Amino acid sequence: MTIPAIRVEHLGKRYTLARHRDALARYKTLRESVSGGVATLARRLRGRTPEAGEEFWALKDVSFAVRPGEVVGIIGRNGAGKSTLLKVVSRITRPSTGRVVLNGRVGSLLEVGTGFHPELTGRENVYLNGSILGMSRAEIDRKFDEIVAFSEVGRFLDTPVKRYSSGMYVRLAFAVAAHLEPEILLVDEVLAVGDAAFQKKCMGRIGEIGRSGRTVLFVSHNMNAVAKLTTSALYLDGGRVAAQGPTSVVIQQYLAADGRLDPVWARPDPGNGSDLTITSVRVCNPDGRTAARFAADQGLCVEIGFTVRAEAHSQVSFRLNTNEDGTTVFSTALSDQDGERGTVFAPGRYTARCHVPAHLLVPGSYHLLVAANNLRGRQFDLIEQVLHFEVSEVGTLVTDHRLGYVAPLLKWDLETG
Amino acid sequence: MRIALGELPDFAALAGPTLPATAPAPAVQTVVEPAGGWQWLNFRELWRHRELLFFLAWRDVKVRYKQTALGVIWAVLQPALFMVVFSVFFARLGGLSSGDVPYPLFALAGLLPWTFFATTVANGANSVIGSERLITKIYFPRLAVPFAAAGSAFVDFLVSLVLLAIVMAACGVAPSWNVFVAPVIVAVSTLAAVGLGTFLAALNVGYRDVRYVIPFLIQVGMFATPTVYLQPTGREGTAMHWLLTLNPMNGLVAAFRASLLGGPIPWAEVGVAAALSVAVFLAGCMYFRKVEDSFADVI
Repeated sequence: MTIPAIRVEHLGKRYTLARHRDALARYKTLRESVSGGVATLARRLRGRTPEAGEEFWALKDVSFAVRPGEVVGIIGRNGAGKSTLLKVVSRITRPSTGRVVLNGRVGSLLEVGTGFHPELTGRENVYLNGSILGMSRAEIDRKFDEIVAFSEVGRFLDTPVKRYSSGMYVRLAFAVAAHLEPEILLVDEVLAVGDAAFQKKCMGRIGEIGRSGRTVLFVSHNMNAVAKLTTSALYLDGGRVAAQGPTSVVIQQYLAADGRLDPVWARPDPGNGSDLTITSVRVCNPDGRTAARFAADQGLCVEIGFTVRAEAHSQVSFRLNTNEDGTTVFSTALSDQDGERGTVFAPGRYTARCHVPAHLLVPGSYHLLVAANNLRGRQFDLIEQVLHFEVSEVGTLVTDHRLGYVAPLLKWDLETG
Repeated sequence: MRIALGELPDFAALAGPTLPATAPAPAVQTVVEPAGGWQWLNFRELWRHRELLFFLAWRDVKVRYKQTALGVIWAVLQPALFMVVFSVFFARLGGLSSGDVPYPLFALAGLLPWTFFATTVANGANSVIGSERLITKIYFPRLAVPFAAAGSAFVDFLVSLVLLAIVMAACGVAPSWNVFVAPVIVAVSTLAAVGLGTFLAALNVGYRDVRYVIPFLIQVGMFATPTVYLQPTGREGTAMHWLLTLNPMNGLVAAFRASLLGGPIPWAEVGVAAALSVAVFLAGCMYFRKVEDSFADVI
């Protein structure tokens, strides 16, 4: 009986949501704490109970074990608690209940380029980032050439990283991370950036790491990647374990469970504290009524609501993905309208509405990935795998039984002779 | 969090991997449990991460000096300017005397350790909130962040010592035999500065208005450390004297100056300062350890 590399027992993580406080002012001040303390004392003296904040359980009673050398995928809808689980197992945040036992050195990749400083050169950042990820200087020295080769950064190695394109930045950052050799590796889907060729390289590398006998926990929305790279999977729903077992079985359960159509999403938690936070996403008919089913010959609208806390220079975009394997049918952004790479938003609330034309989508079920990017590639906010809606067949030859990911009506010419 | 040696995992039972498996290293077991209040300092863990501490300090130093043509000059500008200001307004206008040492040299020798202390505290206090991404994305012993903040202040201090040597030579003052005490004084000051910086760093994460008070506190702190600009006159035994002893930097600044320029070293004050510094260091670190688990959630 092998000792599990990771053993999670009745793990729970609770956040307290503040009430009676402006949602934009997340931080406490000493002044508030003192006056709050006095108010609580006064209330207690008058015989009333102090006000409790609302509780939000990001994880509830999660238990599972991972054998050494297993590659486990963690899947679930947005907000299911996948990233929180990874954070707790990575020791970034403490659980509220339960415990995790880890046997082996742990390396975690929740983000690429952690600690990268724009003023330092690529070479200096490799050492800095490597050290932050847990590699010793000797180890970095040993792997330095491999890392540089993998990143394809070449002669720009001694230029400050602030001059890099976002693609180079990500390649260098991932190259360092890819050479981490802990016994247990925790990976959050950091591969949502980068071009297709690079993403393939990253997947390949993760696959190699998995096959080398290391234990890997891999959080992803890409069912293709999960199916290819993992042997077993864990499906989280609303902070609880909904299913666990062999990957193919769990993926089926996930896709089946996701049968509920879901045209509206509103942010349940207070947000991640960034200057721009996406607060709601919904799909609707062109006339504005929320709907979850659309005919293939009918257009639809995607509405994204967001709040800006401090002036933000941002791009707002989304990808429309198929439910079956997460393939992106298309991606579009606010810049489609005005050609500007980003918009400067003053503080306030906004709603961005995108009009998807009729005769574009093939009948099937879809979800969205919504993002608000800073132009350097750092994200303000990212909502992965949100909403579930269907495009249905209409019964005409023109719209039904078409192959491919898009179904445009194109212009044809016919000549005789 | 307990770390203990567990049994070796059974690598023989693994289904054959295509690449050679990692060499079986002694298994390190980590247990992640809900936070529990006061925790002792994790020295062993910090030692294991000593290279990270170095890299964080190195990063701060590098970034400060990049893209500045004058680079190093900025390090000495602050104490040099204060020296000039004190010489003009305290010595010339105010008529303060400094014994047999010219006043500018007297002031500079006091300003050096004070500037080091003040910069370390200020850097430390803002270090954690300045490293928000690190704290929320990767695990490492959090104490490394305020500890590393002493790095760039120390480099500045070393550079300013060069200025001090120049001024000493210009005034024809040779270092006294007690010069070997100076590193000890600096070490004790570092303890106090890092301790206070660590405490403020932790406070700053939970309560964001703290950061606005710090520059003010440091300004007041300098005037509350009269040995920086004032010669100790025989006021021993008075209430004022005992009150001033509560400020460890007061004794340490006087001792630093005496060790370099000559004159009696106030050993009693140094002793009290050392004890206070150790206490501040321990208290600051323990408070930090108590609240560090909530950083990632609150920051």
